[in-house]
Amino acid sequence: MSSASAEHRNHVLVVTVENKSGVLARVASLFARRAFNIRSLAVAPTEDDNLSRITIVVDGESAPIEQVVNQLDKLINVVDIRDLQPGHAVERELMLVTVAVEPEHRDDIVEQLDRAGGKVMSVGTDSMMLSLVGDPDHIDAFEDLLRPFGILEIQRTGRVALANLDETIE
Amino acid sequence: MKTDGGQALIKSLEREGVEVMFGLPGGAILPVYDPIIDSKIRHILVRHEQGAGHMAEGYAQATGKPGVAMVTSGPAATNIVTPLCDAYLDSIPMVVITGQVPTAAIGTDAFQECDTTGITASITKHNFLVTEAQDIPRVIREAFHIATTGRPGPVLVDIPKDIVDPTNPRSSLEWEDEVEIDLPGYKVDTSVDEDAIKKAVDLIQQAEKPILYIGGGVLKSRAAEALLELAELTQIHVVTTLMARGAFPDSHELCLGMPGMHGNFTAVTAMQESDLLITLGARFDDRVTGKLDEFAVTAKIIHVDIDPAELGKVRRPDIPIQGDCRVAIETMVKVLRESNSEATDRSAWKSRISGWQERFPLVYESSNPGQALKPQFVIEKLRDATPGDTIVASGVGQHQMWASQYWTFDHPYTWINSGGLGTMGFSIPAAIGAKVGHPEKMVWAVDGDGCFQMTAQELVTARVENIPIKVALLNNSYLGMVRQWQDMFYDERHSEVFLSKEIPDYKGWAESMGCFALRVDDPDEVEEAIAQANEIEDRPVVIDFRTAAEEKVYPMVAAGTGNSDVIVPPSQENEIR
Repeated sequence: MSSASAEHRNHVLVVTVENKSGVLARVASLFARRAFNIRSLAVAPTEDDNLSRITIVVDGESAPIEQVVNQLDKLINVVDIRDLQPGHAVERELMLVTVAVEPEHRDDIVEQLDRAGGKVMSVGTDSMMLSLVGDPDHIDAFEDLLRPFGILEIQRTGRVALANLDETIE
Repeated sequence: MKTDGGQALIKSLEREGVEVMFGLPGGAILPVYDPIIDSKIRHILVRHEQGAGHMAEGYAQATGKPGVAMVTSGPAATNIVTPLCDAYLDSIPMVVITGQVPTAAIGTDAFQECDTTGITASITKHNFLVTEAQDIPRVIREAFHIATTGRPGPVLVDIPKDIVDPTNPRSSLEWEDEVEIDLPGYKVDTSVDEDAIKKAVDLIQQAEKPILYIGGGVLKSRAAEALLELAELTQIHVVTTLMARGAFPDSHELCLGMPGMHGNFTAVTAMQESDLLITLGARFDDRVTGKLDEFAVTAKIIHVDIDPAELGKVRRPDIPIQGDCRVAIETMVKVLRESNSEATDRSAWKSRISGWQERFPLVYESSNPGQALKPQFVIEKLRDATPGDTIVASGVGQHQMWASQYWTFDHPYTWINSGGLGTMGFSIPAAIGAKVGHPEKMVWAVDGDGCFQMTAQELVTARVENIPIKVALLNNSYLGMVRQWQDMFYDERHSEVFLSKEIPDYKGWAESMGCFALRVDDPDEVEEAIAQANEIEDRPVVIDFRTAAEEKVYPMVAAGTGNSDVIVPPSQENEIR
């Protein structure tokens, strides 16, 4: 996911589904059954209580994207699918990360974090927990930057995305 | 009007026009069986839940109406998994109702509990776990709507016991005369893009070597008549896949028969050499294409399918057309009639086809009196002695291929088999379902001895429920198709394919199940036995035909090889291809 060549193979599908029990399992099982690879997946309710939105990053190498879309569309609970084109959508991801930090390096890390737009969430004697929201490339870059300090624990949400406003109007 | 979930379920089935259902009761579904006593729906009590599922499939294939099966929870639900998968792969409209443990017990590993919707999610078009009695009428309406529209398929409805049990307050609901579906994510578009059809027609008119490649979708869309018109108008030859046998009359001069692994030489080779495959409701199954990158390499592809996911799934079409096959074919005919364009001269192609037909007909060596029967001979005699609209239901294996090859299917919906899943044991229950749907027609199950031993107990159902099917058992004492592969690809080393020469005694077994039964060992006795069987209308019939074990199905495209390497019978090996 971190290299540019991998990134351009990935497709971001924003899938609107009925908010019913078992729907996520149907989507996940379809990907397993058809041997499509999921890079990341994020689910949450939408502005409409009856609907949830699943943002799926699909490895475009594992299957032609139109086949993934067509198979997903056959699921009865799937209401809408958008294949977001790179550069035509706002994509965000949240990272929580705990890094090992000697006290003398704290200021250095905080300065980098400020520049990236992140926040300090918790400070321990020899570690810090940080949060950062951004587009996935931005998060990747910051993760690389932290690595020399020693990442103790990391959790990324997988990306969520919405089409740019000019795309939504269509 | 106040009612309970069990009553509402049966009333909902009646409202969908259900006339017959196949099933077997048990603990969790018990409350639904009580109102069946007072319903006009005919219930057929099976001996194994797999039988109920295949009967519903046979009924659906023969009549075009959705088949309905009802069984209890746990092991009954898992027993019907095979028919669900079978119906999913062959796109058969079917609604299966399963009992489930009470809602409060779900997830506790209760007695006879299993995660039925979880298990069947990937082998049904859709499934439902209903948790409120009030939802039952709407879900049943939705289940039938999904099963029968678009690309048909099986739908399962899982019903916990508490919402159908009249002694439980959770089963109470208000019955409404009207019910509306609520399926925001389900859209069916049967219309076709006329511009795409016009482009397709242009390709058709330019093609020098076109073939109409016909799949089961043509039968599902009731398009056999439209296809006949298109073929006669364009004078293009037709191949009908295993799922489409009968969609175009075998005795028509334009019919080349079945393509694929055991298709006849001309059908296989004409597709392979074609410059345009007009693909209607077919899905480029591996049993048809052989090695994919060697399949019909010079052909352009027109692909019509109701399911957009089929377009480009296996072979990228030059002209993809999403929509109903009948609408597409009728539009092609209309555009052709309105256009002034002339088709390319195809006389050279036609003479090549007739040359293949002359040099490579389906052949087998006859046996002499006293020798074991040739299975092909039995099929031919059966074909000649039965009415043209006889329904043939087959199991899976050599006998299935011989039945498809040597029968003459001149009517749609007369050939019922398990194509996609290849389910041994399919024929007897499927034949029963077909006979229930068409009691006026003669129904023959063509079965093998391996298959027969998987579902034969449903002959008890047939006798007790008065469903007089006939079974032609092609008995070679072997799992014949597996043996054929061991003969051809494993140096004739037979591993676990020999069943037994004399056990069971099929005649005695059939008689004990209430059937009329015969055993035939000699070619001279075949006609007389069939004539006798055809006279019997008051009970099922089983004829145990003792056939030659070494007989092979030809032609054959070996797995993993291309269709240009089709293996012909030894007598045709020196013919010029």
